[in-house]
Amino acid sequence: MIGPTLKGQRLVALFLLGCLLFNFPLLALFTGNSRLWGIPLIYCYIFAAWMVIIALMALIIEGRDQ
Amino acid sequence: MLSGALIVVLSFAYVGMLFAIAYYGDKRADAGRSIIANPYIYTLSLAVYCTSWTFYGSVGRAATSGIGFLPIYLGPTLMAALWWYVLLKMIRISKAHRITSIADFIGSRYGKSHVLDGLVTIIAVLGIVPYIALQLKAISASFSTMLRYPNAVAPTASLPFLQDNTFYIAMLLAAFTILFGTRHLDATERHEGLVAVIAFESVVKLVAFLAVGAFVTWGMFDGFDDVFTKAAAVPELNALLVQGGAAGNYTTWASLTVLSMLAIILLPRQFQVSVVENVNERHLNKAIWLFPLYLFAINIFVLPIALGGLMYFPAGSVDADTFVLTLPMAEQKTWLALLAFVGGLSAATGMVIVETIALSTMVCNDLVMPILLRWKFLRLTESPDLSGLLLGIRRSAIVVVLVLGYGYFYLAGEAYALVSIGLISFTAVAQFAPAMLGGLFWKGGTRLGALCGLSAGFLVWLYSLLLPSFAKSGWLPITFLTEGIMGFDLLKPQQLFGLTGLDDISHCLFWSMIANVGCYVGFSLWRQPTAAEHSQANLFVDVFRHVAPGSGSRFWRGSATVADLQTLLGRFIGPERANESFAAYARSQGIPGIEQVSANAVLVHYVESQIAGAIGSASARDMVASVVVEEPLALDEVMAIIDEASQALAYSRQLEQKSRELEAATNELRGANQRLQELDRLKDDFISTVTHELRTPLTSIRAFSEILSDNPQLEPEQRSKFLGIITRESERLTRLINQVLDLAKLESGAADWHPSEVDMREVLEDAAAALSQIYKERSITLDLQIPQQLPLVMADRDRITQVALNLLSNAANFCDKPDSRVSIALFEEAAALRIEIADNGIGISPADQAVIFEKFRQVSDTPAGKPRGSGLGLAISREIIHHFGGRLWVESALGRGSKFSFTLPLPHNSANHLVA
Amino acid sequence: MSAAPSRVLIVEDEESILLSLEFLLGKEGYAVTTARDGAAALREVQARPPDLVLLDVMLPLIDGFELCRLIRENPALRGTRIMLVTARGRETEIARGLALGADAYLTKPFSTRDLMDKVRGLLSGNGAPQSAG
Repeated sequence: MIGPTLKGQRLVALFLLGCLLFNFPLLALFTGNSRLWGIPLIYCYIFAAWMVIIALMALIIEGRDQ
Repeated sequence: MLSGALIVVLSFAYVGMLFAIAYYGDKRADAGRSIIANPYIYTLSLAVYCTSWTFYGSVGRAATSGIGFLPIYLGPTLMAALWWYVLLKMIRISKAHRITSIADFIGSRYGKSHVLDGLVTIIAVLGIVPYIALQLKAISASFSTMLRYPNAVAPTASLPFLQDNTFYIAMLLAAFTILFGTRHLDATERHEGLVAVIAFESVVKLVAFLAVGAFVTWGMFDGFDDVFTKAAAVPELNALLVQGGAAGNYTTWASLTVLSMLAIILLPRQFQVSVVENVNERHLNKAIWLFPLYLFAINIFVLPIALGGLMYFPAGSVDADTFVLTLPMAEQKTWLALLAFVGGLSAATGMVIVETIALSTMVCNDLVMPILLRWKFLRLTESPDLSGLLLGIRRSAIVVVLVLGYGYFYLAGEAYALVSIGLISFTAVAQFAPAMLGGLFWKGGTRLGALCGLSAGFLVWLYSLLLPSFAKSGWLPITFLTEGIMGFDLLKPQQLFGLTGLDDISHCLFWSMIANVGCYVGFSLWRQPTAAEHSQANLFVDVFRHVAPGSGSRFWRGSATVADLQTLLGRFIGPERANESFAAYARSQGIPGIEQVSANAVLVHYVESQIAGAIGSASARDMVASVVVEEPLALDEVMAIIDEASQALAYSRQLEQKSRELEAATNELRGANQRLQELDRLKDDFISTVTHELRTPLTSIRAFSEILSDNPQLEPEQRSKFLGIITRESERLTRLINQVLDLAKLESGAADWHPSEVDMREVLEDAAAALSQIYKERSITLDLQIPQQLPLVMADRDRITQVALNLLSNAANFCDKPDSRVSIALFEEAAALRIEIADNGIGISPADQAVIFEKFRQVSDTPAGKPRGSGLGLAISREIIHHFGGRLWVESALGRGSKFSFTLPLPHNSANHLVA
Repeated sequence: MSAAPSRVLIVEDEESILLSLEFLLGKEGYAVTTARDGAAALREVQARPPDLVLLDVMLPLIDGFELCRLIRENPALRGTRIMLVTARGRETEIARGLALGADAYLTKPFSTRDLMDKVRGLLSGNGAPQSAG
């Protein structure tokens, strides 16, 4: 678990992906008046992206380290 | 109507339950069966991040800024991905150096500096005490809200006695924290009971919040879409949703994300639970994704509750911060309201407990102790046992922190300074980031850099965020805000150098980080690091490379006595624990006992790290230095060594250690090989001897068989003589084979034993009778002297008889004189029977005595020329006697006869005398 | 060679083996004397040098190898043949015996015919030492 293991690098990449997903300008794409099942798009987007990030974390952590 | 008494009782009962859980957790930890040693409890304890500011405040914030509350939770989620590198490193370093607080960590990183960890402590106290006050305020507010039940809408009249209730709660929390946070001084500063409580509270607040959220979403509305659709119909709410607060100001969004990213690792309470209380660094793995999942869960209903509250209550009639309580109340859901109340209580108390522990540890170790130890007139450095004083300081610090928190709450009340303290606190601890993260990954950071960076960032924070909040609360003239200090426009605290367009937090974060990082990097590069800084930098940054943390990697030259070091340690953690600690050290070093421990750099470092757990690493270094006479190194010498070779040194020490181990292993192997060769030689000897012994009778048998078959005309007399020889030699062969097998069985432990109570008198008489014919033939007198009354022994009767027969026939073989005499005597000793079989024959030379019990080793000459036996009798006899716990030996002198003796132990309860 | 029967000394500490050798050689007409240990054997060879010594290796007091060496060192015993009779069949020991001046060896247990062939060979007219394979 020390050093630049594959897991560690994947997590850093995920961190960068998260920074991208949860910031301007990507956020601005979802701030319109549009809705998904009645729920504002921005709300759907953030929670969905959040869940994806968590799922990827779980996948990276719990998966086998080659 | 809920009675005030019920709510008070409920609150105190809840805190009482926390006591019980903590007590149970501590008891299990003492018994070595930790209930917190798993990644799930670890994750839940991390959720102390979610305070009442989350539980009540998120909804309030959502009611004014839409999704603006989310960065506070997205930041930690992102940081969790980096924990793999950042937090793991912090845990590893802290465990290696017994670091117990974030002040200690930063101070220790930059050459164990008192000034630096003192400064960190002061920033933490200033930044966090108001945050504790906020929690107390939340408890107080939830009390008064609940008391109005079921009337959610009411004037906010604060009742004096309620505030007293909050005071009692605060004092109860102080008692709790003292009880479970300072039970004893432990070098690791881990508190299992407390962690169990924090984890429990995390479950309670999550369940409570989800219950309220589910009730609002599906009980009061028809699901998420219904909430949002109805909200969209209200213009103001629709604006909130679409604009989304954050969408309007991405800078705020980004700076909140960054702030909360830093807060999740730098808040004293987070450092406490994630680093200090960490049981096993593997637990971090699961927490990386479980903790964000917790944050996700506790946030999913925030907007529905906020929107629901805004739609349910007439605009402005109810504080959005109380929606979690007031919505169930308004709907007459008593139990749900009570659950929400307990959830809020758990969010607040959990934070207060952990934060108080963390702050009190810092105040004691990094502020008070260094000062006390420096005051020579107190003569503390000479006091034999400081552990009591330390605990006293720690406990006082807890009370002081809580009283300060309560006092701030009491004075500030509804002031802006209190309400906005959450983010102000975050910004304060964010000042630790450059020194902390830089210290983890950059070796070039120096004490001066860290000191200047922290001071600069802290001053900017003070000037542009804390003081303005005081001004907004009316404690400072508001002109301070509008006109700047002494009328300098450029120094307007929240528009520094004319910077506008940023919110307060982003503004402060920007300028404070510029100042902090700028000073940190600038002053670090100003000069060469000192030796101590360089050595600590290597230890921290390369922690993963130092395989065994603290294993002599420190450069140290000096002398100290083991006794001095032990006494020193005893003064801080008590003599008994010091003794245990030294024993543990000896074990870890593979040294058999404390007496053999030698005072070397490893021991000094060990003692230092143990003391560091009690009083912080900088003070520990001073203390150890007081008993260790360190030989000063010339500065250029140090620089040369440390610059070029500090790692090489660590490696070469490890290499030396390894080569010593290798040498030891080689020696061991060589020894084992020699033993094997010896065994092999013995086996060869044995086989060759057995072969020889077998061939001798075979030779006679074959020779006489051939003689008989080649000479049919032999006289009958001669014929029968030869046949007799063949028979005798065959018997001898059989006997020999049997004995070899017998001995092999005895030696391998595969022999069958039939132990029973044996009367030795009977055995000896039987053996004498069996050999009486031979004795008579050789005219040897045999006399027995056996007492009438004898205890029984546990033995195998046949085997013991075998021994007796063997010794008696040996005795007969030794006899050469006409008046030969063999005597058997039996003595009862304290714990054994001793049997002696003595003859007056030729005796055995000392050289022979040494070997006759070995296989095939016989007395070289007996009257009969060659010994008659196989050479295995005594070896077998000795095996048998040993099996029953006895001894078999010989005393003899050449020409004076021999005496063979053996003992057989008596059973412990030898009351069963046989009456003959 | 005289017509007198060859004199054979048997050195053996095992009574029954001694008896069998005594019987076999006596029956063949040799003049047999016996010794039960190395010291007695030495006295015997010095007193009346035999033509052949049947020598057991494992003997009390003086062992067979030592006796063999002593006989070979004595010029008066140059005509004495030595046959080692050993229960240890190891080649190193056989080689050691031959190096010390033994003329033949026999491994126990032996065939009586083998024994007699070798004895006859060693005592045959020319008196040249024979090594029996």
